[in-house]
Amino acid sequence: MDRRAVYKTAWIGGLLLAPQLLLVFTFFYWPTGAALFWAFTLERPWGGGNEFAGLDNFRMVFSDTAYWGAVWRSMVFALGSTALAMGLALLFALFCDRQLRGYKAYQTMLIWPYAVAAPAAGVAFRFLFAPEAGVFAALNKIHPDFWNPSVNGFHAMILIVVAYSWKYLAYNFIFFLAALQSIPRALIEASAMDGSGPLRRMWDIQLPLLAPTMFFLLVINITDSFVDSFGIIDLTTHGGPSKATTLMVYKIYFDGFKGLDYSGAAAQSIVLMLLVMALTFVQFRFIERRVHYR
Amino acid sequence: MIERTPVLNFVTHAVLLVGLAIAFVPMWLVFVAATLSLQEINTPPISLLPGSHLWENLAEAWARADLGVKLTNSLIMSVAVAAGKIALASITAFALVFFRFPGRMAAFWLIFITLMLPLEVRIVPTYAVAANVFSPYQTILDVTGFSWLWQQLTGTELALEWNLLNSYTGLILPLVATATGTFLYRQFFLTVPEELMEAAKMDGAGPLRFFREILMPLSITNMAALFTIMFIYAWNQYLWPLLITTDRTHRGTAVMALRQLIPMSGDSTGGGVPDWNVAMAGCLIVVAPALLVVALMQRFFVRGLIASDK
Amino acid sequence: MADIDIRSVRKAYGKNQVVHGVDLSIRSGEFVVILGPSGCGKSTLLRMIAGLEAITEGEIAIAGDVVNAMEPRERGCAMVFQNYALYPHMTVADNIGYGLKVAGLSKPERRARVETVAKSLGLSDYLDRKPGQLSGGQRQRVAMGRAMIREPKVFLFDEPLSNLDAKLRVQMRIEIRKLHNRLGTTSVFVTHDQVEAMTLADRVVVMNGGHIEQVGTPEEIYRNPASRFVAGFIGSPPMNLFEGRVTGPGEVEAQGIVLSVPHAGLARGQAVTVGIRPEEVLLGAAGSNTASIDVDFREELGSVRLLHGQVAGADFVIQVPATTAGPKVGHFSFEVPARAVHLFDAETGMRIDPVAGGIRAAA
Repeated sequence: MDRRAVYKTAWIGGLLLAPQLLLVFTFFYWPTGAALFWAFTLERPWGGGNEFAGLDNFRMVFSDTAYWGAVWRSMVFALGSTALAMGLALLFALFCDRQLRGYKAYQTMLIWPYAVAAPAAGVAFRFLFAPEAGVFAALNKIHPDFWNPSVNGFHAMILIVVAYSWKYLAYNFIFFLAALQSIPRALIEASAMDGSGPLRRMWDIQLPLLAPTMFFLLVINITDSFVDSFGIIDLTTHGGPSKATTLMVYKIYFDGFKGLDYSGAAAQSIVLMLLVMALTFVQFRFIERRVHYR
Repeated sequence: MIERTPVLNFVTHAVLLVGLAIAFVPMWLVFVAATLSLQEINTPPISLLPGSHLWENLAEAWARADLGVKLTNSLIMSVAVAAGKIALASITAFALVFFRFPGRMAAFWLIFITLMLPLEVRIVPTYAVAANVFSPYQTILDVTGFSWLWQQLTGTELALEWNLLNSYTGLILPLVATATGTFLYRQFFLTVPEELMEAAKMDGAGPLRFFREILMPLSITNMAALFTIMFIYAWNQYLWPLLITTDRTHRGTAVMALRQLIPMSGDSTGGGVPDWNVAMAGCLIVVAPALLVVALMQRFFVRGLIASDK
Repeated sequence: MADIDIRSVRKAYGKNQVVHGVDLSIRSGEFVVILGPSGCGKSTLLRMIAGLEAITEGEIAIAGDVVNAMEPRERGCAMVFQNYALYPHMTVADNIGYGLKVAGLSKPERRARVETVAKSLGLSDYLDRKPGQLSGGQRQRVAMGRAMIREPKVFLFDEPLSNLDAKLRVQMRIEIRKLHNRLGTTSVFVTHDQVEAMTLADRVVVMNGGHIEQVGTPEEIYRNPASRFVAGFIGSPPMNLFEGRVTGPGEVEAQGIVLSVPHAGLARGQAVTVGIRPEEVLLGAAGSNTASIDVDFREELGSVRLLHGQVAGADFVIQVPATTAGPKVGHFSFEVPARAVHLFDAETGMRIDPVAGGIRAAA
């Protein structure tokens, strides 16, 4: 951090920083502050400013069973998609790192899904899992409603988890593979000289050395599952059937923009912010540690 | 390494083929669906081989969702976000790494804390700011009494307004206003040997010249990486464009246009069954540019992702 | 060409002072090497001359002008960095000519001067290459070219040879000295390698802990080290040093060995450090000032041979010609000629001069 070669012309430095600071203030700090303001106030019905409401908005949110439903479903979604996307990605990365013939092709193809917009993935999976036309359509012919995410909430949840995981599988794969490739070749060779086979090496050498990456991805996946799920839900299930896929961000959007309940939406935003900040904080701490691992 | 493990090699290929199938089969089925007629697609079981209606479906999707305009909008937004990020990130990181002045650390933290909260969690108030970018400043002037003073002195009311709804600026600026790229650039600048800057000093080059003639050419790879991930990031945005563009016919983006191919529950169509063949054709068109960019810039894409993500 | 005057210069980072009041005059056209262990402040001193580091206290004048407040580009110095600091994205020609470009010279003019410099350094065939495509020695030459092209008043070298392999280092050392003989530009060269210092310098400045220990020609520094530190730092293998005591007029005792010395005016009981260079010991001779060594290891260096052992329990090294006959290990007696004994005040570490007998202050 401490460099000896620097410029000391303060005004140039300040001038260079100004654009970003201005943007960050306008589009980050002010809105975040506004969310706080709204969360602790209540708009008077016929205009005339806001009235301080203390923790009333939070009390209202927390006493709403629909809110707790959204929180619960967000957790299910986060854990389900993270486990699926990370587990498969790790498996593929470990095998891809064996660098058998053709591994480059696998590597290339496995990265592509990440380029697909989450909403587009949602639409695609909505089709693939459509009861009338998708892969399960034939089974539905035999047994009506064997599979129908537009009626069955559990099916709908599976649908969005799969669509989301499909995209993040690629993301996790990229990171796992990069981490595996950064393990010094000599370490693997030393282990081979010690007489361990490929599977043993995966277990004894590669997996332990992947621990930091795993932890990093765990946090990223959970955080992103909160914020990046909106597009998929909006284009596949619209939060239904009967709110079975209404996650936290979707509910904020609905309460804020459709229900025009700014104070309630702001209180929910604050809770989500705290959650995301807590997760990110853990990760910042962890990045410090990651340096020592290397 | 010499290793004779035929069984394991077989398993390896098998596992990887499954992975390939997971990544590729959905894409293939979407493509097949885009080539079928409406009747064919609604007849189970799902078809695995392409039909002959690809061009009609593409044309139909193009017309229905007005994709010409939407793709142009997406392209403008994505290029502007990527370019804006690069410009902003490099300049900011340059100031943070190569200058020493009071308040530098404070600025550093102010900027990097923004990494903690994605746009989606502060979406409602950000929207309010976008409706009038000057509202923060207006509020500050009002609260500090400056507006009152202005009114007393000039007799006119001080009202600052700059509405970003339905504008490219509104689409772009909030997406640029985070520190992702700044972090990447900072990491890169920290690896530049200090002697390089000292050599430039000895050669008589000032800070801006050093930035322009030494640092920028050196960071070409970084630029490509940042451009790729930011392009994809912007292209795939959904929630923000949805909010900021109320004039969906002229200002909507390609990803948003998917809504026009899928009946939405709130719409007049009432959430019925979509024309899947057209919807999938639309999907292909919307996804193609991003896929193309990643395919062409794969090396930079991977590098950028790994280096920049927080 | 210009002389450099360094007057009571100090450098501190916050409370941490790294250069403590250095005074040094460098004559126009002189080749001065600043030598010292890492962290002794030698690089900091060089960088203060260059203008890369602010001067905390004192002043530096180049050609009579105080440069404390001047930007590096205004001082007329050119510098060769340890890792060369070549711009990786520019060709050799652009690297060498960058300073002229910044100075606003026209393209043809730049081209002409770059070609002249490149020719004198044997780089003409490499002008269109990038630094990454060059060998270590070639990069070194490009760095030199970049410094030369501006025809500076002063050349500054910051350990420029330490990244080269041993053979190339010797070759470049000679090239640098030849270049100086040809151009005659005042040069300040920083290194931690005493061989580099001895072979390159008109005068060597030995630094330690932010102070100058001694300034002198290479020979002076080797013959008459001004302090215990210089004695131990210069010479390879290093001087044998013992703690001892004055036992009578012209007589000191160390490790149970009594040595007569040519020093006059020593106070009986005074604590001294006794220094004996390994190459000034006479093996097998039996006169006065004899002692014996238990040799347990013999190191062959080709032209010479080192005998490692103990004298009365303390480590001792003797250097003898490789032609010396005798067994590999065992008991040997040797003589220390009185003129070969160096004495240093045990308390201050300063040299006690053999003739005058007083304590000679460091230059």
